Amino acid sequence: MNIYVLMKRTFDTEEKISVQGGKIAEDGAEFIINPYDEYAIEEAIQLRDEHGGEVTVVSVGNEETEKQLRTALAMGADKAVLVNVEDDLDETDQFTTAKILAEYLKDKEADLIIGGNVAIDGGSGQVGPRVAEQLNIPYVTTITSIKIEGDTVTIVRDVEGDSETIETSLPLLVTAQQGLNDPRYPSLPGIMKAKKKPLDELELDDLDLEEEDVEPKTETVEIYLPPAKEAGRILEGDVDAQVRELVDLLRKEAKVI
Amino acid sequence: MSKKVVVLAESREGALRNVSFEAIAAGKKISDGGEVVSVLIGSQVSGLADELFAYGADKVVTVEDAKLEQYSSDGYAQALLAVIEQESPEGLVFGHTALGKDLSPKIAGRLNSGLVSDVTSIEDGPVFIRPIYSGKAFEKKVIKDGLTFITIRPNNIAPLEKEEGRSGEVSSVSVDIKDLRTIIKDVVRKATDGVDLSEAKVIVAGGRGVKSEEGFEPLKELADLLGGAVGASRGACDADYCDYSLQIGQTGKVVTPDLYIACGISGAIQHMAGMSNSKVIVAINKDPEANIFKVADYGIVGDLFEVVPLLIEEFKKVKVS
Repeated sequence: MNIYVLMKRTFDTEEKISVQGGKIAEDGAEFIINPYDEYAIEEAIQLRDEHGGEVTVVSVGNEETEKQLRTALAMGADKAVLVNVEDDLDETDQFTTAKILAEYLKDKEADLIIGGNVAIDGGSGQVGPRVAEQLNIPYVTTITSIKIEGDTVTIVRDVEGDSETIETSLPLLVTAQQGLNDPRYPSLPGIMKAKKKPLDELELDDLDLEEEDVEPKTETVEIYLPPAKEAGRILEGDVDAQVRELVDLLRKEAKVI
Repeated sequence: MSKKVVVLAESREGALRNVSFEAIAAGKKISDGGEVVSVLIGSQVSGLADELFAYGADKVVTVEDAKLEQYSSDGYAQALLAVIEQESPEGLVFGHTALGKDLSPKIAGRLNSGLVSDVTSIEDGPVFIRPIYSGKAFEKKVIKDGLTFITIRPNNIAPLEKEEGRSGEVSSVSVDIKDLRTIIKDVVRKATDGVDLSEAKVIVAGGRGVKSEEGFEPLKELADLLGGAVGASRGACDADYCDYSLQIGQTGKVVTPDLYIACGISGAIQHMAGMSNSKVIVAINKDPEANIFKVADYGIVGDLFEVVPLLIEEFKKVKVS
Protein backbone atom coordinates (compact mmCIF):
# COMPACT_ATOMS: atom_id res chain seq x y z
CA MET A 1 0.00 0.00 0.00
CA ASN A 2 1.25 3.41 -1.02
CA ILE A 3 0.65 5.67 1.98
CA TYR A 4 1.35 9.41 2.24
CA VAL A 5 1.22 11.41 5.46
CA LEU A 6 0.68 15.18 5.51
CA MET A 7 2.71 16.70 8.34
CA LYS A 8 3.11 20.19 9.80
CA ARG A 9 5.74 21.53 12.14
CA THR A 10 4.12 23.46 14.99
CA PHE A 11 4.88 25.19 18.29
CA ASP A 12 5.04 22.90 21.30
CA THR A 13 1.70 22.94 23.15
CA GLU A 14 3.44 23.99 26.36
CA GLU A 15 4.91 27.12 24.74
CA LYS A 16 3.63 30.53 25.74
CA ILE A 17 2.87 32.74 22.78
CA SER A 18 4.17 36.28 22.33
CA VAL A 19 3.86 38.73 19.46
CA GLN A 20 6.78 40.69 18.03
CA GLY A 21 6.55 43.05 15.08
CA GLY A 22 3.06 41.84 14.23
CA LYS A 23 4.11 38.19 14.10
CA ILE A 24 4.23 35.31 16.54
CA ALA A 25 7.71 35.37 18.07
CA GLU A 26 9.55 32.13 17.29
CA ASP A 27 12.85 32.84 19.01
CA GLY A 28 13.84 30.05 21.33
CA ALA A 29 10.49 28.28 20.99
CA GLU A 30 10.35 24.48 20.92
CA PHE A 31 8.83 22.99 17.79
CA ILE A 32 7.19 19.62 17.44
CA ILE A 33 5.28 17.52 14.93
CA ASN A 34 1.69 18.74 15.08
CA PRO A 35 0.21 16.29 17.64
CA TYR A 36 -2.66 15.24 15.34
CA ASP A 37 -0.13 14.50 12.58
CA GLU A 38 1.71 12.22 15.01
CA TYR A 39 -1.41 10.04 15.13
CA ALA A 40 -1.40 10.10 11.32
CA ILE A 41 2.24 8.96 11.14
CA GLU A 42 1.66 6.18 13.69
CA GLU A 43 -1.42 4.91 11.85
CA ALA A 44 0.42 4.95 8.53
CA ILE A 45 3.25 2.87 10.00
CA GLN A 46 0.82 0.35 11.52
CA LEU A 47 -1.13 0.02 8.26
CA ARG A 48 2.09 -0.47 6.29
CA ASP A 49 3.24 -3.14 8.74
CA GLU A 50 -0.11 -4.91 8.31
CA HIS A 51 -0.59 -4.52 4.54
CA GLY A 52 2.93 -3.93 3.23
CA GLY A 53 3.99 -0.97 1.12
CA GLU A 54 5.64 2.29 1.93
CA VAL A 55 5.04 5.39 4.05
CA THR A 56 6.12 8.81 2.74
CA VAL A 57 5.78 11.85 5.00
CA VAL A 58 5.30 15.17 3.18
CA SER A 59 5.52 18.64 4.64
CA VAL A 60 5.26 22.16 3.25
CA GLY A 61 7.62 24.23 5.35
CA ASN A 62 11.11 25.62 5.68
CA GLU A 63 14.56 24.22 6.29
CA GLU A 64 13.81 23.78 10.00
CA THR A 65 11.06 21.31 9.13
CA GLU A 66 13.75 18.72 8.30
CA LYS A 67 14.06 18.03 12.01
CA GLN A 68 10.41 16.97 12.39
CA LEU A 69 10.62 14.96 9.15
CA ARG A 70 13.66 13.11 10.56
CA THR A 71 11.63 12.38 13.68
CA ALA A 72 8.88 10.89 11.49
CA LEU A 73 11.51 8.74 9.74
CA ALA A 74 12.85 7.68 13.13
CA MET A 75 9.34 6.61 14.15
CA GLY A 76 9.36 4.29 11.13
CA ALA A 77 8.28 6.17 8.00
CA ASP A 78 10.25 5.14 4.89
CA LYS A 79 10.71 8.43 3.06
CA ALA A 80 10.27 12.11 3.67
CA VAL A 81 9.64 15.01 1.32
CA LEU A 82 10.02 18.65 2.20
CA VAL A 83 8.49 21.25 -0.08
CA ASN A 84 10.56 24.22 1.01
CA VAL A 85 8.69 27.45 0.31
CA GLU A 86 10.90 29.68 2.44
CA ASP A 87 12.50 31.51 -0.48
CA ASP A 88 9.44 31.63 -2.73
CA LEU A 89 6.55 32.67 -0.51
CA ASP A 90 6.10 35.39 2.10
CA GLU A 91 2.51 34.59 2.94
CA THR A 92 0.64 31.33 2.69
CA ASP A 93 -2.83 30.19 3.63
CA GLN A 94 -4.72 26.89 3.54
CA PHE A 95 -5.41 27.33 -0.17
CA THR A 96 -1.66 27.67 -0.80
CA THR A 97 -0.66 24.63 1.23
CA ALA A 98 -3.41 22.42 -0.20
CA LYS A 99 -2.59 23.45 -3.76
CA ILE A 100 1.11 22.61 -3.29
CA LEU A 101 0.35 19.26 -1.65
CA ALA A 102 -2.20 18.31 -4.31
CA GLU A 103 0.24 19.23 -7.05
CA TYR A 104 2.88 17.04 -5.43
CA LEU A 105 0.48 14.13 -4.87
CA LYS A 106 -1.40 14.15 -8.18
CA ASP A 107 0.82 11.62 -9.98
CA LYS A 108 1.89 9.57 -6.95
CA GLU A 109 -0.97 7.03 -7.12
CA ALA A 110 -1.44 7.18 -3.37
CA ASP A 111 -3.78 4.53 -1.98
CA LEU A 112 -4.18 6.32 1.30
CA ILE A 113 -3.34 9.85 2.47
CA ILE A 114 -3.45 10.56 6.20
CA GLY A 115 -3.19 13.92 7.94
CA GLY A 116 -4.07 15.35 11.32
CA ASN A 117 -7.63 16.69 11.53
CA VAL A 118 -6.34 20.10 12.56
CA ALA A 119 -3.04 21.83 13.28
CA ILE A 120 -2.80 23.26 16.76
CA ASP A 121 -1.40 26.59 15.53
CA GLY A 122 -3.67 27.82 12.71
CA GLY A 123 -6.52 25.58 13.76
CA SER A 124 -8.44 25.67 10.48
CA GLY A 125 -8.57 21.97 9.62
CA GLN A 126 -8.93 22.84 5.93
CA VAL A 127 -5.90 21.35 4.22
CA GLY A 128 -6.86 17.64 4.29
CA PRO A 129 -10.33 17.96 2.70
CA ARG A 130 -9.05 20.60 0.26
CA VAL A 131 -6.33 18.21 -0.95
CA ALA A 132 -8.87 15.37 -1.32
CA GLU A 133 -11.19 17.61 -3.32
CA GLN A 134 -8.37 18.65 -5.64
CA LEU A 135 -7.32 15.03 -6.15
CA ASN A 136 -10.99 14.10 -6.59
CA ILE A 137 -10.87 11.33 -3.97
CA PRO A 138 -13.21 10.80 -1.00
CA TYR A 139 -12.21 11.83 2.50
CA VAL A 140 -13.26 11.14 6.07
CA THR A 141 -12.29 13.55 8.86
CA THR A 142 -11.66 13.05 12.62
CA ILE A 143 -11.25 9.29 12.46
CA THR A 144 -10.67 7.15 15.55
CA SER A 145 -10.32 3.78 13.79
CA ILE A 146 -9.63 2.47 10.28
CA LYS A 147 -9.76 -1.07 8.87
CA ILE A 148 -8.83 -1.92 5.32
CA GLU A 149 -9.88 -5.12 3.54
CA GLY A 150 -9.05 -5.12 -0.14
CA ASP A 151 -10.48 -1.88 -1.47
CA THR A 152 -13.11 -1.62 1.25
CA VAL A 153 -12.38 0.67 4.14
CA THR A 154 -14.35 0.75 7.38
CA ILE A 155 -13.83 3.80 9.53
CA VAL A 156 -15.12 5.06 12.85
CA ARG A 157 -15.15 8.83 13.14
CA ASP A 158 -15.78 11.14 16.07
CA VAL A 159 -18.63 13.57 15.49
CA GLU A 160 -18.92 15.85 18.50
CA GLY A 161 -18.77 12.87 20.83
CA ASP A 162 -20.90 10.52 18.72
CA SER A 163 -19.24 7.67 16.80
CA GLU A 164 -20.14 7.22 13.15
CA THR A 165 -19.19 4.06 11.30
CA ILE A 166 -18.41 4.87 7.67
CA GLU A 167 -17.87 2.58 4.72
CA THR A 168 -15.80 3.84 1.83
CA SER A 169 -13.05 2.74 -0.54
CA LEU A 170 -9.49 3.42 -1.65
CA PRO A 171 -7.99 5.71 -2.78
CA LEU A 172 -8.92 7.82 0.20
CA LEU A 173 -7.82 10.69 2.42
CA VAL A 174 -8.48 10.58 6.16
CA THR A 175 -7.67 12.94 9.03
CA ALA A 176 -6.74 11.68 12.47
CA GLN A 177 -8.55 12.45 15.71
CA GLN A 178 -7.17 11.90 19.17
CA GLY A 179 -7.79 8.31 20.28
CA LEU A 180 -6.81 6.80 16.92
CA ASN A 181 -3.66 5.25 18.44
CA ASP A 182 -0.79 5.91 20.83
CA PRO A 183 2.07 7.32 18.77
CA ARG A 184 5.39 5.60 19.46
CA TYR A 185 8.53 7.38 20.52
CA PRO A 186 11.43 7.01 18.10
CA SER A 187 13.76 4.24 19.28
CA LEU A 188 17.53 4.64 19.27
CA PRO A 189 17.98 2.21 16.33
CA GLY A 190 15.12 4.08 14.65
CA ILE A 191 16.96 7.36 15.04
CA MET A 192 20.16 5.81 13.62
CA LYS A 193 18.30 4.35 10.63
CA ALA A 194 16.49 7.62 9.99
CA LYS A 195 19.78 9.33 9.18
CA LYS A 196 20.16 7.11 6.12
CA LYS A 197 16.56 7.28 4.90
CA PRO A 198 15.80 9.54 1.90
CA LEU A 199 14.64 13.08 2.64
CA ASP A 200 14.00 14.92 -0.62
CA GLU A 201 13.75 18.64 -0.80
CA LEU A 202 11.62 20.31 -3.47
CA GLU A 203 10.77 23.87 -4.35
CA LEU A 204 7.78 25.31 -6.20
CA ASP A 205 9.77 25.13 -9.44
CA ASP A 206 10.10 21.36 -9.13
CA LEU A 207 6.31 21.12 -9.03
CA ASP A 208 5.89 23.41 -12.03
CA LEU A 209 4.14 25.95 -9.83
CA GLU A 210 4.53 29.70 -10.06
CA GLU A 211 4.09 31.98 -7.09
CA GLU A 212 0.84 33.38 -8.49
CA ASP A 213 -0.63 29.85 -8.77
CA VAL A 214 -0.49 29.49 -5.00
CA GLU A 215 -1.06 33.09 -3.95
CA PRO A 216 -3.13 33.04 -0.76
CA LYS A 217 -6.81 33.96 -0.99
CA THR A 218 -6.86 35.42 2.50
CA GLU A 219 -4.64 37.85 4.32
CA THR A 220 -3.76 38.21 7.98
CA VAL A 221 -3.92 41.91 8.83
CA GLU A 222 -3.18 41.71 12.55
CA ILE A 223 -2.09 39.25 15.22
CA TYR A 224 -2.62 40.09 18.87
CA LEU A 225 -2.78 38.51 22.30
CA PRO A 226 -6.03 38.38 24.26
CA PRO A 227 -6.15 40.74 27.24
CA ALA A 228 -4.59 39.01 30.22
CA LYS A 229 -7.30 37.67 32.43
CA GLU A 230 -7.12 39.07 35.92
CA ALA A 231 -7.16 36.58 38.73
CA GLY A 232 -10.57 36.55 40.36
CA ARG A 233 -11.69 36.10 43.86
CA ILE A 234 -10.77 33.20 46.13
CA LEU A 235 -13.73 32.70 48.42
CA GLU A 236 -13.23 32.41 52.17
CA GLY A 237 -14.97 31.00 55.20
CA ASP A 238 -16.13 27.45 55.82
CA VAL A 239 -16.98 25.30 52.83
CA ASP A 240 -20.75 25.61 53.26
CA ALA A 241 -20.52 29.38 53.31
CA GLN A 242 -18.22 29.42 50.27
CA VAL A 243 -20.60 27.27 48.26
CA ARG A 244 -23.57 29.48 49.18
CA GLU A 245 -21.60 32.59 48.27
CA LEU A 246 -20.49 31.07 44.96
CA VAL A 247 -24.03 30.19 43.89
CA ASP A 248 -25.15 33.66 44.91
CA LEU A 249 -22.33 35.31 42.91
CA LEU A 250 -23.04 33.20 39.83
CA ARG A 251 -26.69 34.24 39.94
CA LYS A 252 -26.45 37.88 40.93
CA GLU A 253 -23.01 39.15 39.93
CA ALA A 254 -22.00 36.99 36.98
CA LYS A 255 -25.63 36.28 36.01
CA VAL A 256 -24.79 33.01 34.28
CA ILE A 257 -27.25 30.79 36.13
CA MET B 1 -21.78 47.60 -1.10
CA SER B 2 -24.48 45.18 -0.20
CA LYS B 3 -23.96 41.52 -0.85
CA LYS B 4 -26.04 38.39 -1.10
CA VAL B 5 -25.00 35.84 1.52
CA VAL B 6 -25.95 32.17 1.66
CA VAL B 7 -25.91 30.65 5.16
CA LEU B 8 -26.22 26.97 6.02
CA ALA B 9 -28.86 25.93 8.55
CA GLU B 10 -28.08 22.82 10.58
CA SER B 11 -30.62 20.65 12.29
CA ARG B 12 -30.33 17.72 14.62
CA GLU B 13 -33.16 15.30 15.31
CA GLY B 14 -35.67 17.60 13.67
CA ALA B 15 -34.68 20.79 15.51
CA LEU B 16 -32.52 23.63 14.26
CA ARG B 17 -29.21 24.10 16.02
CA ASN B 18 -28.52 27.53 17.50
CA VAL B 19 -25.57 28.02 15.21
CA SER B 20 -28.06 28.27 12.30
CA PHE B 21 -29.40 31.51 13.80
CA GLU B 22 -25.91 32.75 14.62
CA ALA B 23 -24.97 32.15 10.97
CA ILE B 24 -27.91 34.34 9.88
CA ALA B 25 -26.63 37.14 12.15
CA ALA B 26 -23.11 36.73 10.71
CA GLY B 27 -24.59 36.70 7.20
CA LYS B 28 -26.46 39.97 7.91
CA LYS B 29 -23.25 41.60 9.05
CA ILE B 30 -21.37 40.51 5.92
CA SER B 31 -24.30 41.33 3.60
CA ASP B 32 -24.23 44.98 4.65
CA GLY B 33 -27.90 45.44 3.96
CA GLY B 34 -28.11 42.75 1.27
CA GLU B 35 -30.09 39.53 1.25
CA VAL B 36 -29.44 36.57 3.56
CA VAL B 37 -30.53 33.23 2.13
CA SER B 38 -30.73 30.33 4.57
CA VAL B 39 -30.28 26.84 3.14
CA LEU B 40 -31.97 23.77 4.62
CA ILE B 41 -30.65 20.39 3.52
CA GLY B 42 -32.16 17.05 4.50
CA SER B 43 -34.98 14.64 3.81
CA GLN B 44 -37.89 16.55 5.38
CA VAL B 45 -36.76 19.95 6.53
CA SER B 46 -39.01 22.58 4.95
CA GLY B 47 -41.07 22.83 8.16
CA LEU B 48 -38.11 24.53 9.80
CA ALA B 49 -38.21 27.55 7.48
CA ASP B 50 -40.47 29.70 9.71
CA GLU B 51 -37.97 29.70 12.53
CA LEU B 52 -35.21 30.83 10.15
CA PHE B 53 -37.37 33.77 9.03
CA ALA B 54 -38.07 34.64 12.67
CA TYR B 55 -34.32 34.89 13.23
CA GLY B 56 -33.76 37.16 10.26
CA ALA B 57 -33.44 35.06 7.08
CA ASP B 58 -34.78 36.92 4.04
CA LYS B 59 -35.24 33.83 1.95
CA VAL B 60 -35.08 30.07 2.58
CA VAL B 61 -33.96 27.54 -0.02
CA THR B 62 -34.55 23.86 0.68
CA VAL B 63 -32.87 20.85 -0.88
CA GLU B 64 -34.77 17.68 0.04
CA ASP B 65 -33.82 14.15 -0.91
CA ALA B 66 -33.95 10.83 0.92
CA LYS B 67 -30.20 10.52 0.27
CA LEU B 68 -29.65 13.71 2.28
CA GLU B 69 -31.24 12.35 5.45
CA GLN B 70 -27.76 11.67 6.79
CA TYR B 71 -24.82 13.92 6.21
CA SER B 72 -22.21 12.98 3.64
CA SER B 73 -19.64 15.38 2.25
CA ASP B 74 -20.47 14.35 -1.32
CA GLY B 75 -24.27 14.62 -0.92
CA TYR B 76 -24.23 17.92 0.93
CA ALA B 77 -21.66 19.38 -1.47
CA GLN B 78 -23.85 18.50 -4.46
CA ALA B 79 -26.85 20.12 -2.75
CA LEU B 80 -24.98 23.27 -1.75
CA LEU B 81 -23.20 23.73 -5.04
CA ALA B 82 -26.60 23.62 -6.80
CA VAL B 83 -27.91 26.34 -4.45
CA ILE B 84 -24.75 28.41 -4.95
CA GLU B 85 -25.12 28.12 -8.69
CA GLN B 86 -28.73 29.28 -8.51
CA GLU B 87 -28.21 32.11 -6.02
CA SER B 88 -24.71 33.32 -7.06
CA PRO B 89 -23.92 34.64 -3.58
CA GLU B 90 -20.96 36.85 -2.72
CA GLY B 91 -20.79 35.44 0.81
CA LEU B 92 -21.10 32.00 2.42
CA VAL B 93 -21.41 31.19 6.15
CA PHE B 94 -21.39 27.76 7.83
CA GLY B 95 -21.15 26.87 11.50
CA HIS B 96 -17.74 25.64 12.64
CA THR B 97 -19.41 22.42 13.76
CA ALA B 98 -18.42 18.84 12.93
CA LEU B 99 -20.48 19.16 9.76
CA GLY B 100 -19.23 22.63 8.85
CA LYS B 101 -15.60 21.72 9.49
CA ASP B 102 -15.93 18.64 7.29
CA LEU B 103 -17.84 20.28 4.44
CA SER B 104 -16.47 23.84 4.15
CA PRO B 105 -12.94 23.02 2.88
CA LYS B 106 -14.42 20.79 0.17
CA ILE B 107 -16.68 23.59 -1.05
CA ALA B 108 -13.80 26.10 -0.86
CA GLY B 109 -11.57 23.66 -2.74
CA ARG B 110 -14.18 23.17 -5.45
CA LEU B 111 -14.82 26.90 -5.84
CA ASN B 112 -11.10 27.70 -5.61
CA SER B 113 -11.93 30.21 -2.91
CA GLY B 114 -10.46 31.39 0.35
CA LEU B 115 -12.05 30.31 3.62
CA VAL B 116 -11.65 31.84 7.06
CA SER B 117 -12.51 29.12 9.59
CA ASP B 118 -13.65 29.33 13.18
CA VAL B 119 -14.53 33.03 13.27
CA THR B 120 -15.53 34.35 16.70
CA SER B 121 -16.28 37.96 15.80
CA ILE B 122 -16.82 40.15 12.72
CA GLU B 123 -15.80 43.79 12.35
CA ASP B 124 -16.72 46.21 9.57
CA GLY B 125 -14.92 45.57 6.32
CA PRO B 126 -15.61 42.74 6.87
CA VAL B 127 -12.62 41.82 9.02
CA PHE B 128 -12.81 38.42 10.68
CA ILE B 129 -11.39 37.68 14.10
CA ARG B 130 -10.41 34.13 14.91
CA PRO B 131 -8.39 32.42 17.63
CA ILE B 132 -5.04 30.87 16.76
CA TYR B 133 -2.89 28.61 18.94
CA SER B 134 -6.22 27.52 20.47
CA GLY B 135 -6.96 30.97 21.81
CA LYS B 136 -3.48 31.83 23.07
CA ALA B 137 -3.57 34.55 20.37
CA PHE B 138 -6.02 36.01 17.87
CA GLU B 139 -5.70 37.05 14.25
CA LYS B 140 -7.67 39.43 12.08
CA LYS B 141 -8.21 38.17 8.56
CA VAL B 142 -9.63 39.54 5.35
CA ILE B 143 -10.51 37.73 2.14
CA LYS B 144 -8.54 39.28 -0.67
CA ASP B 145 -10.89 38.55 -3.53
CA GLY B 146 -13.62 36.20 -4.58
CA LEU B 147 -16.23 34.64 -2.32
CA THR B 148 -16.38 35.81 1.31
CA PHE B 149 -16.52 32.37 2.90
CA ILE B 150 -16.34 31.79 6.66
CA THR B 151 -17.29 29.30 9.34
CA ILE B 152 -18.34 30.67 12.73
CA ARG B 153 -17.61 29.15 16.11
CA PRO B 154 -20.87 28.29 17.91
CA ASN B 155 -21.80 30.42 20.94
CA ASN B 156 -19.80 33.50 19.95
CA ILE B 157 -21.84 35.58 17.50
CA ALA B 158 -25.21 36.49 19.00
CA PRO B 159 -28.31 35.65 16.96
CA LEU B 160 -30.65 38.49 16.00
CA GLU B 161 -33.66 39.02 18.17
CA LYS B 162 -36.43 36.59 17.32
CA GLU B 163 -39.36 38.17 15.51
CA GLU B 164 -42.36 35.81 15.48
CA GLY B 165 -44.53 35.93 12.40
CA ARG B 166 -41.80 37.30 10.14
CA SER B 167 -41.91 35.48 6.82
CA GLY B 168 -40.35 35.32 3.39
CA GLU B 169 -40.02 33.35 0.21
CA VAL B 170 -39.35 29.61 0.39
CA SER B 171 -38.09 27.90 -2.71
CA SER B 172 -36.73 24.45 -3.34
CA VAL B 173 -33.90 23.24 -5.51
CA SER B 174 -34.04 19.70 -6.77
CA VAL B 175 -30.72 17.94 -7.15
CA ASP B 176 -29.99 14.47 -8.43
CA ILE B 177 -27.88 13.28 -5.49
CA LYS B 178 -25.57 10.52 -6.69
CA ASP B 179 -22.18 8.83 -6.37
CA LEU B 180 -21.91 9.08 -2.59
CA ARG B 181 -18.44 7.73 -1.88
CA THR B 182 -18.73 7.58 1.91
CA ILE B 183 -21.72 5.87 3.51
CA ILE B 184 -22.73 6.07 7.17
CA LYS B 185 -23.44 2.53 8.36
CA ASP B 186 -24.05 3.19 12.03
CA VAL B 187 -24.13 5.99 14.58
CA VAL B 188 -23.49 5.45 18.29
CA ARG B 189 -24.53 8.45 20.33
CA LYS B 190 -22.16 9.05 23.17
CA ALA B 191 -22.92 12.64 24.12
CA THR B 192 -25.12 12.87 27.20
CA ASP B 193 -28.59 14.35 26.69
CA GLY B 194 -27.48 15.76 23.34
CA VAL B 195 -25.62 18.64 24.99
CA ASP B 196 -22.50 18.99 22.91
CA LEU B 197 -19.35 20.36 24.50
CA SER B 198 -18.77 22.99 21.84
CA GLU B 199 -22.30 24.37 22.19
CA ALA B 200 -22.83 23.85 25.94
CA LYS B 201 -23.62 26.97 27.97
CA VAL B 202 -22.29 25.29 31.10
CA ILE B 203 -19.35 22.90 31.32
CA VAL B 204 -18.27 21.01 34.41
CA ALA B 205 -14.76 19.70 33.78
CA GLY B 206 -12.61 17.30 35.76
CA GLY B 207 -8.86 16.80 35.93
CA ARG B 208 -6.47 14.41 37.60
CA GLY B 209 -8.00 15.42 40.94
CA VAL B 210 -11.12 13.46 40.01
CA LYS B 211 -9.00 10.34 40.59
CA SER B 212 -11.16 7.73 38.81
CA GLU B 213 -13.95 7.05 36.35
CA GLU B 214 -16.43 6.99 39.25
CA GLY B 215 -15.05 10.32 40.39
CA PHE B 216 -16.76 11.91 37.37
CA GLU B 217 -20.24 10.95 38.69
CA PRO B 218 -20.78 14.04 40.88
CA LEU B 219 -19.52 16.24 38.03
CA LYS B 220 -22.03 14.67 35.69
CA GLU B 221 -24.81 15.18 38.22
CA LEU B 222 -23.90 18.87 38.51
CA ALA B 223 -23.70 19.27 34.72
CA ASP B 224 -27.10 17.60 34.26
CA LEU B 225 -28.63 19.84 36.90
CA LEU B 226 -27.36 22.94 35.10
CA GLY B 227 -28.25 21.65 31.62
CA GLY B 228 -24.58 21.48 30.73
CA ALA B 229 -21.96 19.04 29.56
CA VAL B 230 -19.00 17.28 31.18
CA GLY B 231 -15.46 17.96 29.99
CA ALA B 232 -12.00 16.87 31.07
CA SER B 233 -8.34 17.80 31.05
CA ARG B 234 -5.71 15.80 29.18
CA GLY B 235 -4.48 14.48 32.53
CA ALA B 236 -7.87 12.89 33.24
CA CYS B 237 -8.11 11.44 29.71
CA ASP B 238 -4.55 10.08 29.74
CA ALA B 239 -5.30 8.42 33.09
CA ASP B 240 -8.35 6.72 31.45
CA TYR B 241 -10.86 8.34 33.80
CA CYS B 242 -12.90 9.36 30.78
CA ASP B 243 -13.11 9.25 27.02
CA TYR B 244 -10.85 11.40 24.82
CA SER B 245 -13.93 12.94 23.24
CA LEU B 246 -14.33 14.95 26.46
CA GLN B 247 -10.85 16.46 26.34
CA ILE B 248 -10.62 20.24 26.44
CA GLY B 249 -7.37 21.97 25.53
CA GLN B 250 -4.99 22.70 22.72
CA THR B 251 -5.23 19.06 21.79
CA GLY B 252 -8.93 18.36 22.22
CA LYS B 253 -11.79 20.81 22.10
CA VAL B 254 -11.69 24.55 22.51
CA VAL B 255 -14.77 25.75 24.37
CA THR B 256 -16.31 29.09 25.30
CA PRO B 257 -19.31 28.41 27.55
CA ASP B 258 -21.00 31.01 29.76
CA LEU B 259 -19.87 29.08 32.82
CA TYR B 260 -16.88 26.74 33.16
CA ILE B 261 -16.48 24.89 36.44
CA ALA B 262 -12.99 23.34 36.69
CA CYS B 263 -12.81 20.59 39.31
CA GLY B 264 -9.45 19.19 40.34
CA ILE B 265 -7.73 20.75 37.31
CA SER B 266 -4.33 22.28 37.95
CA GLY B 267 -4.32 24.46 34.83
CA ALA B 268 -1.59 23.33 32.43
CA ILE B 269 -0.98 25.80 29.58
CA GLN B 270 -2.33 23.29 27.10
CA HIS B 271 -5.63 22.98 29.02
CA MET B 272 -6.05 26.70 29.61
CA ALA B 273 -5.70 27.33 25.88
CA GLY B 274 -8.93 25.39 25.46
CA MET B 275 -11.09 27.11 28.06
CA SER B 276 -9.67 30.46 29.20
CA ASN B 277 -12.02 32.40 26.91
CA SER B 278 -15.06 31.06 28.77
CA LYS B 279 -17.21 33.91 30.06
CA VAL B 280 -17.10 32.94 33.74
CA ILE B 281 -14.65 30.45 35.22
CA VAL B 282 -15.00 28.75 38.58
CA ALA B 283 -12.08 26.73 39.94
CA ILE B 284 -12.29 24.15 42.68
CA ASN B 285 -8.90 22.78 43.69
CA LYS B 286 -7.17 21.61 46.84
CA ASP B 287 -3.93 23.37 45.93
CA PRO B 288 -4.19 27.14 46.51
CA GLU B 289 -1.14 27.62 44.23
CA ALA B 290 -2.79 25.87 41.25
CA ASN B 291 -2.46 27.83 37.99
CA ILE B 292 -6.16 27.49 37.30
CA PHE B 293 -6.87 30.13 39.98
CA LYS B 294 -5.02 32.67 37.82
CA VAL B 295 -7.76 32.60 35.20
CA ALA B 296 -10.69 31.83 37.51
CA ASP B 297 -13.28 34.49 38.31
CA TYR B 298 -14.21 32.64 41.47
CA GLY B 299 -12.14 30.09 43.30
CA ILE B 300 -12.80 27.66 46.11
CA VAL B 301 -9.77 26.07 47.71
CA GLY B 302 -11.04 22.68 48.79
CA ASP B 303 -11.70 19.04 48.01
CA LEU B 304 -13.91 18.69 44.98
CA PHE B 305 -15.58 15.61 46.50
CA GLU B 306 -16.76 17.80 49.35
CA VAL B 307 -17.50 20.96 47.36
CA VAL B 308 -19.29 19.53 44.31
CA PRO B 309 -22.03 17.66 46.27
CA LEU B 310 -22.62 20.82 48.34
CA LEU B 311 -22.87 22.82 45.12
CA ILE B 312 -25.44 20.36 43.78
CA GLU B 313 -27.53 20.77 46.96
CA GLU B 314 -27.28 24.54 46.84
CA PHE B 315 -28.25 24.75 43.15
CA LYS B 316 -31.21 22.45 43.83
CA LYS B 317 -32.42 24.76 46.61
CA VAL B 318 -32.07 27.79 44.37
CA LYS B 319 -33.90 26.09 41.54
CA VAL B 320 -36.84 25.21 43.79
CA SER B 321 -37.18 28.67 45.25
